[in-house]
Amino acid sequence: MKIRRRPQENQGAASAATEYYRVGEPIRDTKAPDGPIEERWDKRRFQAKLVNPVNKRKLTIIVVGTGLAGGSAAATLGELGYKVKSFCYQDSPRRAHSIAAQGGINAAKNYRGDGDSVYRLFYDTVKGGDYRARESNVYRLAQVSVNIIDQAVAQGVPFAREYGGLLDTRSFGGTQVSRTFYARGQTGQQLLLGAYQALERQVAAGNVEVHTRHEMLELIVSGGRARGIVVRDMVTGEIETHLADAVVLASGGYGNVFYLSTNAKGCNTTAIWRAHKKGAYFGNPCYTQIHPTCIPQSGDHQSKLTLMSESLRNDGRVWVPKRKGDNRAPGDIPEDERDYYLERIYPSFGNLVPRDIASRAAKNVCDEGRGVGPGGLGVYLDFADAIKRMGREAVEKKYGNLFEMYERITGENPYEVPMRIYPAVHYTMGGLWVDYDLQSTIPGLFVIGEANFSDHGANRLGASALMQGLADGYFVLPTTIGDYLAGAGSFGPVDEADVAEARKSVQDRIEKLLSVNGNRTADSFHRELGRIMWDNCGMERTEASLRKALERIPELREEFWNNVKVPGDAEGLNQALERAGRVADFLELAELMCIDALHRTESCGGHFRAESQDADGEALRDDENFAYVAAWEWTPDGPVLHKEELKYEYVKMTQRSYK
Amino acid sequence: MAVTGAILVLFLIGHMLGNLKVFAGADSFNHYAEWLRTVGSPALPNRTALTIAEIVLGISVLLHMWAAVSLARRAAKARPVKYAAKRKSQASGYATHTMRYGGVIIALFVIWHLLDMTFGAVNPKGGDATPYDRMIAGFQPDRWWVALFYLVAMAMVGLHLRHGMWSAFQTLGLTRRPNVRRGLQTGAAVVSAALVLGFVAAPFCILIGVVK
Amino acid sequence: MNLTLKIWRQNGSSDKGRMVTYRVEDVSPDMSFLEMLDVLNERLILEGEDPVAFDHDCREGICGMCGMVINGVAHGEQKLTTTCQLHMRHFKDGDVITIEPWRSAAFPVIKDLVVDRSAFDRIIQAGGFISVPAGSAPDAHSIPVPKEDADAAFDAATCIGCGACVAACPNGSASLFTAAKIMHLGLLPQGQPERESRAKAMVEQMDAEGFGGCTNTGECTAVCPKGIPFEAIARMNADYLKAVSK
Repeated sequence: MKIRRRPQENQGAASAATEYYRVGEPIRDTKAPDGPIEERWDKRRFQAKLVNPVNKRKLTIIVVGTGLAGGSAAATLGELGYKVKSFCYQDSPRRAHSIAAQGGINAAKNYRGDGDSVYRLFYDTVKGGDYRARESNVYRLAQVSVNIIDQAVAQGVPFAREYGGLLDTRSFGGTQVSRTFYARGQTGQQLLLGAYQALERQVAAGNVEVHTRHEMLELIVSGGRARGIVVRDMVTGEIETHLADAVVLASGGYGNVFYLSTNAKGCNTTAIWRAHKKGAYFGNPCYTQIHPTCIPQSGDHQSKLTLMSESLRNDGRVWVPKRKGDNRAPGDIPEDERDYYLERIYPSFGNLVPRDIASRAAKNVCDEGRGVGPGGLGVYLDFADAIKRMGREAVEKKYGNLFEMYERITGENPYEVPMRIYPAVHYTMGGLWVDYDLQSTIPGLFVIGEANFSDHGANRLGASALMQGLADGYFVLPTTIGDYLAGAGSFGPVDEADVAEARKSVQDRIEKLLSVNGNRTADSFHRELGRIMWDNCGMERTEASLRKALERIPELREEFWNNVKVPGDAEGLNQALERAGRVADFLELAELMCIDALHRTESCGGHFRAESQDADGEALRDDENFAYVAAWEWTPDGPVLHKEELKYEYVKMTQRSYK
Repeated sequence: MAVTGAILVLFLIGHMLGNLKVFAGADSFNHYAEWLRTVGSPALPNRTALTIAEIVLGISVLLHMWAAVSLARRAAKARPVKYAAKRKSQASGYATHTMRYGGVIIALFVIWHLLDMTFGAVNPKGGDATPYDRMIAGFQPDRWWVALFYLVAMAMVGLHLRHGMWSAFQTLGLTRRPNVRRGLQTGAAVVSAALVLGFVAAPFCILIGVVK
Repeated sequence: MNLTLKIWRQNGSSDKGRMVTYRVEDVSPDMSFLEMLDVLNERLILEGEDPVAFDHDCREGICGMCGMVINGVAHGEQKLTTTCQLHMRHFKDGDVITIEPWRSAAFPVIKDLVVDRSAFDRIIQAGGFISVPAGSAPDAHSIPVPKEDADAAFDAATCIGCGACVAACPNGSASLFTAAKIMHLGLLPQGQPERESRAKAMVEQMDAEGFGGCTNTGECTAVCPKGIPFEAIARMNADYLKAVSK
């Protein structure tokens, strides 16, 4: 392990709740070079050892996940001449959930000449992340962002263009520059297909093997290094071992721990959680992003939530009835009995307050019993005034496709009845801890994209997820992994015993899941877990709510392992078995998320502790005690916290204000 | 399919125009039939052009049928297990779904038609009568079922061309813009309707006694 | 509402398979079609029966993983809608719904409603890309692309690879899928160098996979959840004919 340990400092500053964890030695990112920030990436690239092209062919790299990060990484590593094995649980690499990203991708191209620059994107991202991201990483991300657009255009990604044939951009998420490139509302799809096509090109060239419908269930660590994975062939049920010289996890986020989220149904934490239990530290698990404009749940049958573009808040007015339990149809509620609460509480920003504030305000009015729609979990987003002001046609032109999507799902016509919206989990900033090289605390295990914790701090800016995934996959990892693999000659053979142990743990788990034969489906446990997490570790967290969750989760986990019912056997396609395995891991991760949320008594970004707010109800950071990354180590006796101190040499820490 | 289909469509247009000569009287019609045999004469022996045309048409028909049969066989192989639910067509265009059985009906009709009008084998006047006489005799009211068969076959030809004509352009990659495709689809509808009307006009008028 | 479902059950690729009838009760009109099947499956699990296997992932109509033939129509009768975005309010109490997998020799059934669509990946492997290794790209503004071309390319590029076109085609042809990619890349200046070789290679791979031939029935584009234009096939044919006539 290449982590330089330093004597402990700042101990005890972090809250109570120490019965749930121990504090270990601080951790440090040893790979980011010093010196002027704009030279660090160049410096690192120059320092990184190179692998002889002839040797690349002899080196195998496993990449788990085929989204923007995994797909682009596998393709690029293939182009470089490595032998790549790529894995995804879907039937094709093209299905990964990056495909659902709508808004766009940021890049500091400054094609508009509106004052954008690499430095400004860097600054906005650090500030947007509420000063909980590493400066070096974020600066590199901003630098590389311009190459991503070049790469995507060359691949044939059909970005929106202006009549002159040049690329169109828009401003997104409240930034003052227009730096977001987009392909209608399907930017993620188009970028993913670009990466997918590059990947399939490498498959044709014989450099990459894609294993679809394969789920990673264990990491093989041998001689202290990540040397392979154990996967289940979801079609035959066979447990397979794949060995390699390095393993890359690009398995996405864990928002599905909340059961309902905007993630795909299959998104899961299993790959990173298995790696965590094998020694990879988990960074900032409690940082969750909640998006305010999603279509609300319509009933208990709800299986996922669908996001609608935030742009709707530009013209829609958010309101709920003033009176509790007012069941009248929205049209029957007179103007003076409506509470346009965002306009009331935030007179200057009104309906355009940032994501987290809009989300929390919606939760508050619903908690007061003033929510609308099924279960009282929704608020109105009303376009009546906009239609009166702009005319129906103008509204249709601007939001037609979103209105259509809304009507398809809810069966209600938003031109006539106000839309109902509610916040939903949609991104997790936390993930496996990695250094500047994107390497985890297990040598040889690299983690990229949403699966790592690195670049967004406590809150991710709109249109930055696609940027980070592709930056990691196309440009960062292919360089840094070489530095590690240059030493592959000394890795030695993989110990058979380590392989056997990993395989056995997978087989035991599957057998256990199949043998419980209880009375509840895995989904019913998942729904209950989601409810616990949403209520207690969601938009607003308190010490009491988190303690309550920490009581309930182990009980639920206990019940799961004694009462889950998984039909069928280990052979062949068994979707119930797949689901049960994922739920089992969520049940463990959820606890760590709550512990992390409990220990961080400050509010920051997507993590709002009710105890830590200013007089106006805004998130109040505690920079003195919490300007660190919480990197959690798994041990059989409970988690151990390692703090990575965050230093800001370029961006001054300030408090956000939206008054 | 597209190329052979195009040749056959050109033939049909010529054939239909020739048929209309029946309204100009027996002499005009018979003279036209004679001209078909002697075109190019005396530079070329009689029937040269006609024979070439017959060979080209014969080959076109065979290739067209061969292409149809191989497409149908490929389709059967591409879907070995059929749907249990009746497949509901989602595309507009009834004509599209008549291509295969319609083609068979047309093929049967062509055989009958040759025996009737060309060789006269099943014609009341026999092969030695003039073309005009054969035509008049073929569609007399007492042989209403022949006229009916003819009408059904012409309807099939109409539907076949309704799809086939624009489809040929699509196969040859000439419908790259939606307005071009729609224009061709309309064109195909108009041309096929005109052909059907043109072909039906003569037998209908004979049947009701306007042309004797 | 209460419904009768007739679902294709097939336990593995070697099983012959059969239609099995299920009753589902208290279906909410707000449920999506897949949520209705979730409810059935939860019940089947608790009854100790094998739940119905079906592919799905994003459940917002973009990943292309879901797909079943509902009452004889790929993705059901709602236009421009994937199965996951089809909601039960379009059905009524007492309806009998037939649910079958995509039927195509090139999409063998894995289990129940789950089919193997890897043939699509192989068609892309044959040439559905622009050869540009990471890091080698010129500045994005170095080649302007007329807006009209970029928009038309986008329309073709929205294909989600679900396979409904194949399922709906009376000939079992994959022309619309293949053509969508050929049209997308063929309309952009970046796609020109490989344009003809791409069309040739992809069409040949499509034929080699055992898909049927195209007879321009238009069923594909009628069921396509993303409305991939019919012209794509003409463009594919043009590029292919140009490539083979050389």
